[in-house]
Parts: sequence; C-alpha cells; structure tokens
Amino acid sequence: MAQQSTLSPSYLEQNMIGLQTRRHLLDVDDLGASEISGLLDTAEGMLEITARDVRKTPALRGKTIITMFFENSTRTRVSFEQAGKILGADVINVTASASSVSKGESLLNTVKTLEAMQIDALVVRHPHSGAPYFISNHIDASVVNAGDGTHAHPTQSILDLFTVRAHLGNLSGKRIAIIGDILYSRVARSDIIAFQKMGAEVVVCSPNTLLPDEWELGSTLALESGFGRLQIAKSVEEAVDGADVVMPLRIQKERQDAGHLPSLREYSARWGIDSQKMALANDSALLLHPGPMNEGVEISSEVAHGSQSVVEEQVRNGVAVRMAVLYTLCAPGNSVSAIRNDGNSEIK
Amino acid sequence: MCHVTNAKNGVNLPSGNNKILLTGDGVRRALTRISHEILEQNASSDDPVLVGLQTRGVHLARRIAENIENIEHYKPVVGCLDPRLWRDDPQVASGQPLMPSDIPTSVDGRLVVIVDDVLYTGRTIRAAMEALLDFGRASRIQLAVLVDRGHRELPIRPDFIGKNIPTSRGERVQVRMLEIDGEDAVLIGEEH
Repeated sequence: MAQQSTLSPSYLEQNMIGLQTRRHLLDVDDLGASEISGLLDTAEGMLEITARDVRKTPALRGKTIITMFFENSTRTRVSFEQAGKILGADVINVTASASSVSKGESLLNTVKTLEAMQIDALVVRHPHSGAPYFISNHIDASVVNAGDGTHAHPTQSILDLFTVRAHLGNLSGKRIAIIGDILYSRVARSDIIAFQKMGAEVVVCSPNTLLPDEWELGSTLALESGFGRLQIAKSVEEAVDGADVVMPLRIQKERQDAGHLPSLREYSARWGIDSQKMALANDSALLLHPGPMNEGVEISSEVAHGSQSVVEEQVRNGVAVRMAVLYTLCAPGNSVSAIRNDGNSEIK
Repeated sequence: MCHVTNAKNGVNLPSGNNKILLTGDGVRRALTRISHEILEQNASSDDPVLVGLQTRGVHLARRIAENIENIEHYKPVVGCLDPRLWRDDPQVASGQPLMPSDIPTSVDGRLVVIVDDVLYTGRTIRAAMEALLDFGRASRIQLAVLVDRGHRELPIRPDFIGKNIPTSRGERVQVRMLEIDGEDAVLIGEEH
C-alpha cells in the first residue's frame, strides 16, 4: 500500500519531473529511486482495477500498442497484452516466426513498417542485447523493453520490487539472495540494480562458470562496478542465510550443453533451492521465481508451491506493473507528445 | 481501507497572496450543514455510501460520515475513488502516482454521494461517475462539494454545496485540510 512518508510535496515534485520526461523504458539503470516508487504506487492503483468485476478503463482509448516478440514467452507477452487491453488500448501481437522477419526482413525495416501504421508503443523482446535501444533511436513511439538478450528485463524487476514491497514494506536493508545463472540472466542483472536502488542488500550465488570472469567468490564488488556493493557468496547456504527474499533463476538446458554445468543433477544438489536451504532464510522470507520454473532443477516442487512462494502473485502483479508502465509512457499529456514537440528525441 | 495521501494539489501555494475564504470553523460549519442536508433530502431512502475523490474528497467524506454518525445512529460506508483513468484530460494530473480506489461495499441499488473539495469545470465529476458505474448500478448518485467556484464546462450541478465562491479563471482555489496540510481552510490566490 502507498506509503505516506514517501509522498511529501518535494517527493512528488521530483517524481512528476521524472515521470513526465520519460518516453521509453529500456533498462532499470536509468530510473531514479523516486521514479521507481512512483511506478510502484501507480501499480497499487492498477492492481485494484485488475481485481474488479469490470476490468476496463478508457485511459489509453484510441492508442495502439504492438508487442513484438522475437523469443518465446507466455507470461510477459500475455501480461503486456492484458495490461494494454485493461487500459483500453488496442493491442496487436506480432511474433517473429509468423511475421515477415522469417522472410528475411531486417529489424529496422520491420520496425519502420510498424511505425508507418501509427503506433503509440512498441513492446519488444529480442535475443540480442541492445535491440530495444537500437529501435528506440529509429522510432517516434515509446519503446518498452520486454527482455533483451543478457541485458535487461526492467518490467520483471519492477514487479519483483512490487511483490516484495507488498509483503515486507520498505525495501531498505532487506537481504535479497539471487541464485543461479548470473552470467546470462537479464533478470538477475535488472533485479540486482533495481533492488540496490531501493536500498536493499543483494547477494548472488552461482557456479563459478556462470559468473562474470572478474567476479570472485566470497568477494564484495566495489561501487564503481556498476553493481553497487553486490556480494558474491561462496555457497548457497551462505547466500540464503538470513535472507528476506530467495530467488532461484531458471537454468537453461543450453548451459549444460555449452559445458557450463557438469550435470543438472549436480546443479540441483548444490545450487537448487529445497526446503532445507529455504529454512536458512528468515522465517518470513519470500520465494520468488521469474518463471518458467524447472521444478527439480533450480527449485524443488515442495518449495515452488510452498507457503513462502509468491510466484503466482508475481504473475498477477506483473499485469498491474505493466499497466503502470504503459500508462506512464503512453497516457496523453505524459511524456511522448511533449518531447515530440520539442524535437528532442534522445531522452530515454 | 482507503489509503490516502496528499498527492492532489501537492504543491503548496506561497502564503501572502492568498485570501482566506473559509476558516477552520467555516469549514466545520459547512460540513455540518452538508451532513444534515444529505440526511434531510434522503430521509426516506436507505443510508448513503459516501465516495470521496482522491485525495481531499476522501477526508471530507470521512468527516461527513462522522457527522452523520453523531446525528443518527449509524456510520455511512466511506469509499475512495481516483477517477484519473476516466478523465478526458488526463494531463491534468499526469506524472503523479495513481491513487487506490476502494469502495468497501456493493453500490448496486444504493444511494451514492460523491464528495470532492472544489467543483470547477465538472470534468472530474463526469470521470468519477463513469468510473463509479463499473462498481455497480447505484440507485442514485448525488454530489457534495465543499466549494463551488463556477465555470462549468459540462452540465453538472451539485446537490450539496459548502460555499459558493465566484472566481475568475485566473484564480486558484485551494482547500487545506487538517489531515494533509495541518489546518482547515479555503484560500484563494492568483494562478502562477
């Protein structure tokens, strides 16, 4: 629920400026803490709408949103679509395999074609890091990154913040343990940045082969690293000990084929979160998972569906958070038209 | 429960150029009168559901509910509503977080009194009525405002008015409330 203390007039002034100049959402690293709080507060209001009997508002009536997914996805694509539709926008889904991309059309030409149809927002998922940023430089519509390569997944990290805030209140000082494929995971990268921005303490644990080369087990990164004072635990037990949030990440089977892992069974034994490891965390600790889950690999079924699991809540909150993002970027009077008039195209 | 914050009109006017139109006592008397009028006009029908518009309208609705409790022997249900998503001019409040809406009872077949601080163009009330329809079919919707400053742009008329204040469009009416601003008052100043 909205926190009284964060809503002082000065907070709102800053927040107003933050939200009004934003046009794209490409990464969490360029969002300020006050702007993130503003999105979380707006998502509270949106969550109430998603729980009504009549889930429809005219806020984005007449706006067109295209979701363009170059990778498979269920929850992210559906929740963006649902978010847009509840807000009253027309949502068109493009999947790369069923579009002209499969005929060899370049990304730039595909985007230009879509733009010629007068769209207001483009939600993009792409296997290449930076693809949404590239698109944002060539299009007038708002671009929302729905996951790009190993780079960022900003709406996932905002919904993780939202879910944790709903249970634990203030995020400041909370200990967040992220376990798994840190090297390739855009969720890990965005969540590390987002939770640290809100004052939480983040610890990661992963097999050495799935960590960036320069990160050493048992060390704490320097502030200049771009990941704040991120702690790298030597063992899962150390990472989970006293944690307020435990978040195992999906282990992709490709990693094993590429030689990063000896076997999924060994991964499961050493790094998988089961009820024994979960018991080391705080009694009130939450279990988050960005999905889809490989039960029996990075997470045991018992934990995945246990009382501390908020995985389904994450999915539900995802719709509200994406409503807040789309509304903030696309509502009339918010950023886009103002920036177009200025001719200033480079505000992210 | 409604969570109320001081988002709407969050930026305070500088003191000095403002004229006081209603003091704390004036606000209290106006709300007492509105409470009596609501009961009087609806004597034979069921008890009203008071729906305050975020943010100051919610506090006003709670005070009216307390007044009614003191007069009669029941306390009306108080809900809160942020009609922003239903506005035809959403830029008015853009950039501020959306406030939660919550009406903790069914409004089907009930009398609903929308409560807001200042009635001006009427656009907020139009949006609120439309938003309210999604919560159910009220038997009747009435409108109570602390201040009616004129300049309507839509055919909307309040049922209960605390004070009529003739204004020019260049002026700005500010309702200050104890719960948010530390005092009860209605001020008028120049827009800047």
